[in-house]
Amino acid sequence: MKAIKKIQGIAIPMNMTDIDTDIIIPAQYLTSTSQTGYGQHAFSRLKSDPDFVLNQSKYSQAPILITGANFGCGSSREHAVWAIKELGINAIIAPSFADIFANNAKKNGLVLIQQPQDVVDKLFNDAESSELILKIDIENQTIQYYENTLEFTLSEFFKHCLINGLDELDYLMSNIDNIKDFKQKQVSNSLFINRQ
Amino acid sequence: MKKENIIDKVWNAHIVQQKQGHPAILAIDFCLVHEVTSAQAFDTLRERKLPVFDTKSLLATVDHSIPTRKNRHEIFDEMAKAQVQKLRDNTKEFNVPFYDMDSSHQGIVHVVGPELGMTQPGMTIVCGDSHTATHGAFGAIAFGIGTSTVGHVFASGCLLMNKPKTMQVEFTGEFQPGVTAKDAVMKLIANIGIGGANGHIIEYTGSAIESMSMEARMTLCNMSIECGAVAGLIAPDKATYDYLKGKKYAPTGDSWNKAIAYWESLKSDSDCCYDKTIIIDVSDLNPMVSWGTNPQQAIEINQTIPKNTDDMSKNALDYVKLSINQPIKDTKLDWAFVGSCTNGRIEDMRVTAAILKDKKIAEHITFYVVPGSEQVMAQADDEGLIDIINSSGAEFRMPGCSMCLGMNDDKVPAGSRCISSTNRNFVGRQGTGSITHLASPATVAASAIAGKIVSPIAYFNQAGEIA
Ligand code: SF4
Repeated sequence: MKAIKKIQGIAIPMNMTDIDTDIIIPAQYLTSTSQTGYGQHAFSRLKSDPDFVLNQSKYSQAPILITGANFGCGSSREHAVWAIKELGINAIIAPSFADIFANNAKKNGLVLIQQPQDVVDKLFNDAESSELILKIDIENQTIQYYENTLEFTLSEFFKHCLINGLDELDYLMSNIDNIKDFKQKQVSNSLFINRQ
Repeated sequence: MKKENIIDKVWNAHIVQQKQGHPAILAIDFCLVHEVTSAQAFDTLRERKLPVFDTKSLLATVDHSIPTRKNRHEIFDEMAKAQVQKLRDNTKEFNVPFYDMDSSHQGIVHVVGPELGMTQPGMTIVCGDSHTATHGAFGAIAFGIGTSTVGHVFASGCLLMNKPKTMQVEFTGEFQPGVTAKDAVMKLIANIGIGGANGHIIEYTGSAIESMSMEARMTLCNMSIECGAVAGLIAPDKATYDYLKGKKYAPTGDSWNKAIAYWESLKSDSDCCYDKTIIIDVSDLNPMVSWGTNPQQAIEINQTIPKNTDDMSKNALDYVKLSINQPIKDTKLDWAFVGSCTNGRIEDMRVTAAILKDKKIAEHITFYVVPGSEQVMAQADDEGLIDIINSSGAEFRMPGCSMCLGMNDDKVPAGSRCISSTNRNFVGRQGTGSITHLASPATVAASAIAGKIVSPIAYFNQAGEIA
């Protein structure tokens, strides 16, 4: 994975709550077996509305999305994260995220930043009234805009992976001997699959 | 000793390693595989030149993108066809057990796992599918993961995860006849909202759970994700063991006795703690129906659409073409669907057939009944259910996810209104422009006959049987 230390650019205000994964990428686009090609279909159901924020040209390739609570609820499809990444979005700021989506985001270096509702509301206001440029500093866990600095939390492990470009699978494989020992014991004590 | 609930016990029994500030390395016992979320995970193995850690802990089948018509071997959509073929190739190359069409065990992953006895108490179970919580009905921690994580499990038999919080949902009282587990879980979601259990694993307890069949428990656990829960589970008991006994991958002989002793030890200690507890009395509950575009937007069938002024509800009402204060009952329908991992098991086929018996569905209704697996289909055939269903004017089809998600041939046409035994009523979920009302199979069948949304309660006698 590529190391990410800073994310800087225009913030897209998508002022809606509970955006589900069927909205992010409808199921009809999931028959592909590749990991790319989903960006063009991202949010396709909303894009038919000419006023939809992503139809504004200034937001093409904007790296930061600001949105409402419970973003990414619904399905486990990682295609949702792949589609968003392909739009050029590298960070999402929202009051809360759905769990599976959040896990998938981590595997793809998509940074999810949780902020209180009132802060997100203020960011919406600012981004809707003029072009809002945010600077996200992963190492220091800060967001800067105008003269303001916001702080955010990231799990220590995820931050470590992100700024060093490390991958969870490498970490797991480096512990494979431990894992093997563990599984060996399990088979004699607590796993009862009749493997025939 | 510290009092623990079943979630703590199962979680702790699977920690390979827990370092300060790091997520746990969590051992995974069983991983279900289907065509939509696995191809890229197998690619990861190839790219990194890694084998599958333990092929026997995997079980693959096809469900999401396949047709459910009689000649389902012929897949017209080229992409879907390639996707199914890819799974065949991948499972062969990596030596993963695969239940293809006509293996007599093909079906929806969450129906097949339990019916083969692979799903067992105390396990950790994952799948690239958000309704994996279904397997929690057996006392397992079961949850959906994305494709990258599927790759991690393939390669290492583990994944990285922080321990979720725990939540107890106690269902007290007894259901009135015609009200089911589906209605109970829809009530829970309506009460706490689609993000109400975010970050939590739920243990379902209470008198209403104890009397539930395994099929009903699976329906209940299945929809845990719809209130945001990581997983939902029910402690194993006699019903669990009776269901498992004799199944293909269930232990036998000495191993069976050892297993029962271990499974019994998993029950939550009395006086254990949860981060949150919710109690719902089901005694007065009526059948539930969703009115909007997420599962939280649901009411009892005798209620009217609530006044909600937030944008989300307004958008939902525009989309479903209904209005505030309108009763949900008597809403005219075009389609009906019984099937999916929520309600595609044999009990669901039975209740559907019992209601349809010697009756005709309304003329303007198209009604698909889709079994969750080849086993369910075979049993439905043995019991004569298929004939009953087809004679009513409904159509009994081949096993698969079918109309649940709008990615195979089975779609509700744009603008059409469907009453459905599935789990999601998102915008366009059953096909672009489709309108979905979630309900129990009993409600779906009764409504298909009436041609509009009606309560199934009149079909049931006091003993809960269909007269
Ligand atoms: S039946 Fe529906 S919810 Fe269940 S696995 Fe298939 S698509 Fe997913």
